[in-house]
Amino acid sequence: MRRSNSRSELAFRLGIGAFGFLIVAIVCTIGIVLAVQSMASIRKFGLSFWLTRTWDPVAGEFGALPFIWGTLYSSVIALLLATPIALGIAVFISELCPQPLRQPLVFLTELLAAIPSIVYGLWGIFVLVPAVRTVERSLPELLRGTPLFSGPPLGLGLLSAALVLAVMVVPFISSVSREVLKSVPTAQREAAYALGATRFEAIRTALSYARTGIIGAIMLGFGRALGETMAVTMVIGNNPRISLSLVAPQYTMAAVIANEFTEAADELYLSALVEIGLVLFIITLLVNSLSRLLIWSMNRTSRVVTAPEPVHASA
Amino acid sequence: MVSSASRTLSTIVACAAALACSVSADAIKINGAGATFPYPIYSKWFAEYNKVHPDVEINYQSIGSGGGIRQIQAQTVFFGASDGPMTPEQLQASPGRILHFPTVLGAVVPVYNIPNVRTELKFTGPVLADIFLGKITKWNDAAIAKLNPGVTLPATDITVAHRADGSGTTYIWVDFLSKVSPEWKSKVGINTSVNWPTGVGGRGNEGVAGLVSQTPGAIGYVELIYALQNKISYGTVQNMAGEFTKASVESVTLAAASAATQMPPDFRVSITNAPGKGVYPISSFTWLLLYESPKNKAQAKAMVDFVKWALTDGQKYCADLGYAPLPESVVKLEMAALAKIKLS
Repeated sequence: MRRSNSRSELAFRLGIGAFGFLIVAIVCTIGIVLAVQSMASIRKFGLSFWLTRTWDPVAGEFGALPFIWGTLYSSVIALLLATPIALGIAVFISELCPQPLRQPLVFLTELLAAIPSIVYGLWGIFVLVPAVRTVERSLPELLRGTPLFSGPPLGLGLLSAALVLAVMVVPFISSVSREVLKSVPTAQREAAYALGATRFEAIRTALSYARTGIIGAIMLGFGRALGETMAVTMVIGNNPRISLSLVAPQYTMAAVIANEFTEAADELYLSALVEIGLVLFIITLLVNSLSRLLIWSMNRTSRVVTAPEPVHASA
Repeated sequence: MVSSASRTLSTIVACAAALACSVSADAIKINGAGATFPYPIYSKWFAEYNKVHPDVEINYQSIGSGGGIRQIQAQTVFFGASDGPMTPEQLQASPGRILHFPTVLGAVVPVYNIPNVRTELKFTGPVLADIFLGKITKWNDAAIAKLNPGVTLPATDITVAHRADGSGTTYIWVDFLSKVSPEWKSKVGINTSVNWPTGVGGRGNEGVAGLVSQTPGAIGYVELIYALQNKISYGTVQNMAGEFTKASVESVTLAAASAATQMPPDFRVSITNAPGKGVYPISSFTWLLLYESPKNKAQAKAMVDFVKWALTDGQKYCADLGYAPLPESVVKLEMAALAKIKLS
């Protein structure tokens, strides 16, 4: 009896362990395949692939810098826009919302995450871009002179992309933050009130208690923004030029792969596109590792609610 | 437990094998992949051909010209399709000799959106090249005004809109610009995607058309079919004979007829800026790619029969779908070339 029990226990452990190992194997395989397929480009350009700005399929010169810049810039701006809104939603739903409103609001924010990205792209082209163009046209001359807003007001460009991304990542950040806030022990809030804290101060205590979890939520949104492809390529203008301007058309890594992969016929071109994929893979890994590191160091200094895993959710 | 699982598995395998056999027994299946531009007419052809020859099923994946070339080189498909001819290096790298067969013709047209200008504008190749190089930046530039006397052009900035995705349309457009502008040829060159000196990129014909229609002062290029089906107005372009011609089924077929007089035996020819009267200069063939000596002879025979049908009876479907049919002279040359495919 006992023996068969320990045998099934072992089988169970091995089986579950295999599934766990599968994840590691998949990630490693993706990395290896990307590296092997981009070998021609890695050999030819080496480190300069990361640092040069020319993307010329005719001459066979490939540099990823404008795409790296466009990806990071649009994602960071999107997070700057989305984080306050998402936190506002999370705090409202978990702390202030009247009970009957709570479930509908939760449902609606989560519905935002379920909309396919191509739909966001179409909405971007037909609604957002014309609106952004109108705003850009009415910018005062003084602002247009600054590097942040220089260039013709096309509507298409980094700002539109960042706005679409912001709408797309809000549900991720707000849902996870809401769960984290919910897990803050009631004792914390009661203690704050007992010390004479106002409602705002009590919420601030809860937020500070949950801060690593919230950082995890933001990183989850960042991962999502980095990999988003379709909606971004439809509104960003697809021009590989590095520019600080929010008005200028730019390009992202995921977008260039989606746009050029099907027609890339020669070997170096194809391998350069795969290397863009490798670069995106590495940057996503780095971002996620850095966020783990940040959360880990915060956890060490203070005992707080543990953060959810930041996962890269691809489009 | 284990034995029952393996029994289920073997039953499934047996069923699948039986299913596969029963399908392949009564029909010849041919797989192809490649260009998206001719996809509407190809799918029409395969459907119509299947009605006349129920024993032949042709399956086509429109994955892009580059993908089509890669797939036929890897021999994962029986035939490929491309909007640009394969380069000598690509032909060298293939495991066998690949033949090109033009199937239909397409054209690319300049579309624009200038506030308060309703008349049809005239362009020359060098002016279009200078606009796309970013050298002409205003609509009232002397070079454009000279071509269009009587049209009041505003001092609006020109916004160039181009394809962001790699495409045969871009290939035809820049192939023409390279022929008419030495500067374009040396600075930018020809490919399905290029390093654009200026402008914004839209995805697909609809992306470029959307950009142009939404942005005052924009100019872009789309396939003729797309402009016709969506009733977008487009400009005329000067040909080698000095005439400003409008793209139409007739003027595009004329371009091919004029090229047929000097057709190379492998049909790998660019017909942009073709000489002759009434010719629309931004026209191109689209090609089917076939191995000269295919391994599967049954498939090869069925495919050759199909291509013969497409080049003759099939051409009548062109006009409805916005493609220009091949001129007689080219069809005749291709019929002779089809005989070269080794069927036994």
